[in-house]
Amino acid sequence: MADTNNVAKTDKMNLSKDMFEVVGKDVADYEKIVRPSLTYWADAWRRLKENKLAIFSLILLIIIVVMAFVGPKMRPWEYDYQDFTVINKGPNSVHWFGTDELGRDIFVRCWEGAKVSLFIALISTVINVTIGILYGGISGYVGGYTDMILMRIVEIIYSIPTLLWVILLMVVLGQGLGTIIIAISITGWGGMARIVRGQVLQLKQMEFVLAAKTLGADSSRIITRHLVPNTMGPIIINLTFQVPGAIFTEAMLSYIGLGLPEPYASWGTLAQRGARLFLIYPYQLAFPAVLICVTMLAFNLLGDGLRDSLDPRLRT
Amino acid sequence: MLFMLRYTVKRTLMAILTLWVIITITFFLMHSIPGDPFTDQKKIPAEIMEKLKMKYGLDKPLIVQYGTYLKNILKGDLGDSMKYKNRSVNDMLRDGFPVSFKIGIYALALGAGLGILFGIVAALHRGKAIDYFVIVLAVVGVSVPEFVFAALFQWIFGVWLEVLPVARWGTPAHYIMPVFALGATYIAYIARMMRTSMLDVLNQDYIRTARAKGLSNFAVTWKHTIRNAILPIVTILGVSFAGIVVGSFVIESIFAIPGIGKYFVQSITQQDYTLIMGTTIFYAAILILMMYIVDLFYGVVDPRIRLE
Amino acid sequence: MENIENKERLLLDVKDLYVSFDTYAGEVQAVRGVTFHVNRGETLAIVGESGCGKSVTAQTVMQLIPMPPGRIKGGNIFFEGKDLSKYSDKQMEKVRGKDISMIFQDPMTSLNPTMRIGKQIMEGLMKHQKLPKNEAKNRSIEMLKLVGLPNPEKRANQYPHEFSGGMRQRAMIAIALACNPKLLIADEPTTALDVTIQAQIMELMKDLQVKLDTAIILITHDLGVVAKVADRIAVMYAGVIIESGTSEEIFHHPQHPYTWGLLKSVPRLDMETKGRLVPIYGTPPDLFAPPKGCPFAPRCDYAMKVCKTYGPVRTNLTESHYTHCWLQHEWAPKVDDKFAKGGAV
Repeated sequence: MADTNNVAKTDKMNLSKDMFEVVGKDVADYEKIVRPSLTYWADAWRRLKENKLAIFSLILLIIIVVMAFVGPKMRPWEYDYQDFTVINKGPNSVHWFGTDELGRDIFVRCWEGAKVSLFIALISTVINVTIGILYGGISGYVGGYTDMILMRIVEIIYSIPTLLWVILLMVVLGQGLGTIIIAISITGWGGMARIVRGQVLQLKQMEFVLAAKTLGADSSRIITRHLVPNTMGPIIINLTFQVPGAIFTEAMLSYIGLGLPEPYASWGTLAQRGARLFLIYPYQLAFPAVLICVTMLAFNLLGDGLRDSLDPRLRT
Repeated sequence: MLFMLRYTVKRTLMAILTLWVIITITFFLMHSIPGDPFTDQKKIPAEIMEKLKMKYGLDKPLIVQYGTYLKNILKGDLGDSMKYKNRSVNDMLRDGFPVSFKIGIYALALGAGLGILFGIVAALHRGKAIDYFVIVLAVVGVSVPEFVFAALFQWIFGVWLEVLPVARWGTPAHYIMPVFALGATYIAYIARMMRTSMLDVLNQDYIRTARAKGLSNFAVTWKHTIRNAILPIVTILGVSFAGIVVGSFVIESIFAIPGIGKYFVQSITQQDYTLIMGTTIFYAAILILMMYIVDLFYGVVDPRIRLE
Repeated sequence: MENIENKERLLLDVKDLYVSFDTYAGEVQAVRGVTFHVNRGETLAIVGESGCGKSVTAQTVMQLIPMPPGRIKGGNIFFEGKDLSKYSDKQMEKVRGKDISMIFQDPMTSLNPTMRIGKQIMEGLMKHQKLPKNEAKNRSIEMLKLVGLPNPEKRANQYPHEFSGGMRQRAMIAIALACNPKLLIADEPTTALDVTIQAQIMELMKDLQVKLDTAIILITHDLGVVAKVADRIAVMYAGVIIESGTSEEIFHHPQHPYTWGLLKSVPRLDMETKGRLVPIYGTPPDLFAPPKGCPFAPRCDYAMKVCKTYGPVRTNLTESHYTHCWLQHEWAPKVDDKFAKGGAV
């Protein structure tokens, strides 16, 4: 019988003999999980919501998309309406963004341009991503010799900057909306392909795929229930970064005169026209340029936010 | 040692293969364009057309033209420009290259130098004001196209403050704006990568071991963290070079700088095929060379690669 | 007040240490009132399941826990009389690697992959003992020889990925012991290694302890590893030490139901063939909301009503052996468990 020498402490407690009855284990108690357990996606969403910049960017992008449709309707004239009485006027109460050298309202042109630029960016991104996923997925899944060759092809294509490829394609296919979409789509999928392939390879080796296989799951089941949810994260992130890349490429091309022909108005062509008179009428370049920058910025911030919130290592 | 040899050989073969593929693709792409370069010129008498076609070998079957072209390339001859009579593509490249190269190298050095510095500082002061500043700078730099920077600089420094020449070439002062306009995106890109890389490394167990040895913060940062964090940056340097080269098209056009970028853009609008092909192949060759050098360098610098 | 055999031999004296982490969900109390000491040249083993706070305790002694989000809520860490918990970073730099060293669980990730092994040993020597480069190099080769690596000159010039797992851990030991520290903290040094290598590494550590008169704190979840090596054992659960004593006392006269549980779950060669390994059902409590009363109560076969209401007070069984358990109270029933009667080893 040992010496319970903490008499002082025990005095403060309300002890009685019946409290020393043995009751044993409490199964309910020890299975209790105290901290709210979140699924991967719930946790990612929570983290994203906390990222004020990312949410702000998201809202900004939604506003821009809405304005692309609503904006032109806010003024009573079309984007190609030329009024020679108001050539090269700075921003005023009638023409909120001013007019260009043909008397066209820049505000309306900017938002029409938004439609075009965003359209190009989104469509080419979707095509890009699809090609990338299929290419990378197949390469990774099939593996072996095929994989090696497919990846070598990607390496070769990627030795040349995409802009260079796009320019070459534009020269061959002639300038036009379809051309630019095709050109951007065809050249941007390498990054996505590599990511998806990497994920597929990783997952192929992981034990739970093995486990699923031993339980009799066939390939398609493995793909949909295991591979896809795990690769969704990097795909989403890459997608978010592809869009500003496409906007940038279109703007670059148009700026050097290789973009869309008249009468298409995209932010890039608007910038190009504005650039000619930039030193005298800076606003004509400023407005489309600001829109380009803000949109790209928003996508980049959103992408950053997504990347941070989807990274399991950053769970606090 | 044997490994380094195998690695070098593999890389060399890949480089040559890639270049050959690019040449072939460019050639067939150019020749798939409908029409020929002479259609937009004034009416040319038939025999002279014939002579012109013969000069450029356009009358022979495509495969033969391809063969001739390859042969010429091996001799180092990229042909004659179709628009600028009496000027060979080689000449034009020779004139323009040093200019473009200088701008490119300075921009890259600026980008890498400042970028790495900012990235390190931001990572070491994570969460504090300077970190946010660098992050914002980085995101903005990456989201703003070069031509916007260029226009901005031109306006602020050229027109408003009038301290720098707005365009053209000649004095050292002419370098400043183009280099910064080109490098701005790089500073941002590299700063961000460096910061991420630093944070990654700081999380690693071996940094904890280094601290457990009693090394000062300074020693841990320099000898362990930065040394390892900088590795991924090295790999993208080769790729960055590609971007710099491309960005230079726009910068040279805006600042009216006589580099190959400007020639390239002109050659496209003028449909000067030999110039287009020549410039493309030249660019490709330079890029492949840069990536090749970086690959080899990386093999030396990261001992883990040697065991691959 | 705990009796300490020989005050002169006292090296590390941790009193009432509280360490918490501030997370998005609130405060996680990782260490809740831990008291222990280590004398010169002896080996103290801290044993417990993952998450019980043993690693956090060890890293706090070295002040390697990032603060924030961690913080020392209370308590003292006396090393040779001085309170390390109040030391600044600069002051700790002089202690780490020189007076107290630490080796970690995974030797692959704990070694700088782009630095040669020899250099990683030399760094500490050059900093703490101010040795010039060539002397440091010689000493580093000596250390590699000391830890049993063949061909030390060649090995010193190699990189971590050229070593096997066991060799890397030896290299880590070489780094840790290079400046002849008075205390070595080994955080699960053999968990990531094969069983046969485990034995070798433990032998090596014991050997070096004798040679260099280093005290060792061995942190592990594996009681089997501890048996031959430890002089004293502290059993930790949910951030508190629930029983502590000499090796002999813990293995032969364990008094806490958790200790009994641990002993019962270790496979032994002398078990009757029909005996089974008995696991301890359930999982440790989440330290985000430590339960009232004794933390082990939900999993304890002998839990009483009082155990769920009040945390047990400390009972000193001998000069060196104590436990925190209500079964020790005079009103508690006698427990008839063969382990309680000393049937462990």
